[in-house]
Amino acid sequence: MEKRVTFKGLWLPLLLVAPQLAITAVFFFYPAGQAIWQSLFIPDPFGLSMQWVGLGNFEYLLSDKYYRASFVTTAVFSILVTVVSMGVALYLAVLADRLIKGSGTYRTLLIWPYAVAPAVAGVLWLFMFNTRVGVVTWYLGLLGYDWNHVLNENEAMGLVVIASAWGRISYNFLFFLAGLQAIPKSVIEAAAIDGARFWTRFRTIVFPLLSPTTFFLLVVNIVYAFFETFGVIHTITSGGPQQATTILVYKVYSDGFVSQDLGSSAAQSVILLVIVGALTIFQFKFIERRVHY
Amino acid sequence: MAIDKHTGMVEKRGAGLWLTHLGLIIGVLFIFFPIWLAFVASTVQQADIVRPPMPLLPGGHFLENYGKALTSGINAPVATMLFNSAVMALGISLGKIVISLLSAFAIVYFRFPGRTLFFWLIFLTLMLPVEVRIVPTYEVAANFGMLNSYSGLIFPLIASATATFLFRQFFMTVPDELAEAARVDGARPMRFFFDILLPMSRTNIAALFVILFIYGWNQYLWPLLITTDPSMNTIVMGIKQMFPSGDDLADWPVIMATSILAMIPPVAVVIGMQKLFIRGLVDSEK
Repeated sequence: MEKRVTFKGLWLPLLLVAPQLAITAVFFFYPAGQAIWQSLFIPDPFGLSMQWVGLGNFEYLLSDKYYRASFVTTAVFSILVTVVSMGVALYLAVLADRLIKGSGTYRTLLIWPYAVAPAVAGVLWLFMFNTRVGVVTWYLGLLGYDWNHVLNENEAMGLVVIASAWGRISYNFLFFLAGLQAIPKSVIEAAAIDGARFWTRFRTIVFPLLSPTTFFLLVVNIVYAFFETFGVIHTITSGGPQQATTILVYKVYSDGFVSQDLGSSAAQSVILLVIVGALTIFQFKFIERRVHY
Repeated sequence: MAIDKHTGMVEKRGAGLWLTHLGLIIGVLFIFFPIWLAFVASTVQQADIVRPPMPLLPGGHFLENYGKALTSGINAPVATMLFNSAVMALGISLGKIVISLLSAFAIVYFRFPGRTLFFWLIFLTLMLPVEVRIVPTYEVAANFGMLNSYSGLIFPLIASATATFLFRQFFMTVPDELAEAARVDGARPMRFFFDILLPMSRTNIAALFVILFIYGWNQYLWPLLITTDPSMNTIVMGIKQMFPSGDDLADWPVIMATSILAMIPPVAVVIGMQKLFIRGLVDSEK
């Protein structure tokens, strides 16, 4: 798409794009290039020289059982976060959509956790499930269940999943509700006249018509679980116990800043870069669908 | 199912309506419970918390806990961290809006060499969140002497093009006649930008501001790396620093008061500007 009417000038437009170009070059392209470059070297422990290893860092990573475990952890974590937050959000959106009055009030009550930072959400859930003082831990104890996410890997995973999914429900609810309200009521009423009950209507009409929204949210939520949940994991488990909650982004951080293994961290960045790239392309295809739908 | 002429036949009435409300209320309670608990914890004494179960209704130590958090905190006064967060969030949102408006204006209203290349360069930045390139970006910031500084908190996070795309899309919908008329009147490009384009973009700018403010306020990993001096900590990353290392007991009332304080500004923005927020959210995902 092009504008028919444009202004003349050469220096002015260059001046206008200069600030953005400068910031992107310094803080985006240079670091991204560095990540790719560093991934081909191993620095010596004093950082004085670099040794060329070609794809050695990648070969080492892909044969490293901890890195492969981190891939599995990330997959499990992202799928659980996506399913939990989208499931709850869809359920609430379907309920709110059935109301003639008051769905706006529920929307106001449900959307604001979007504004709670993942790291703060992590602290809130950590407080509830704290092994010493947590209220939920205490009540679970009364029921005879000994909650300890500091030692138990599955409980640690469960806790970071709930804390990550919790704040995300708002976002998904908003999009699902908008999607549901866009479905013409006449279609649903026609089915009701034909005798289709709620569940049948939902399965055969509502859900298929909602599928563009669902696909879109699937991709967006997976991207969220991959990259924006660092705060939750860092505050609740710091990747533990025994790396059970070390997702890929957390590993880039812990290998790069805690263990100072720069070559490996850079190679991990490059692998993540490929994954984000693939997800973004995937997302654009679906948005295409959404627009044409 | 009886058909009522005032309402659609698929909405619920009677018992079904109450069940629908009940389901939604359970959802709302699930969303609220962690925050309610944090609020309660911020109004009681440490002694009430360390002997579980803690009370579920607020106590009488609200002023004491919030006062202690704001004025002394644990590593740094929370008032200082709130100020740092405000500077960071405003810097990121305003900075991004300004540079994006300018570059989108150039891309849409001018033909200049390298325009397509520039367009694709910024397009690429959509694909790489800061989390992925943290180590080299940290090195750049360190080389510029930006550690423990506001510019270090702000500039690296401005380097993304979402806003540029949004403004570009919006400018494309502005009728050509307006630019035509401005040109015939002999108005210079920047005059057109300030007098016509900017006022027309008001709502888009406001919607984007809401989203970017929340994005900036809630940053965690980047401030964690870039601010080692407690007096430069932002509130969202500073909370984690308030936990003692090792086996010591955390000062829960103060930590929870800080968590509540950390939520108030972004939540106020979302609730106060709900319409703009929803619009911004939908726009930025297009």
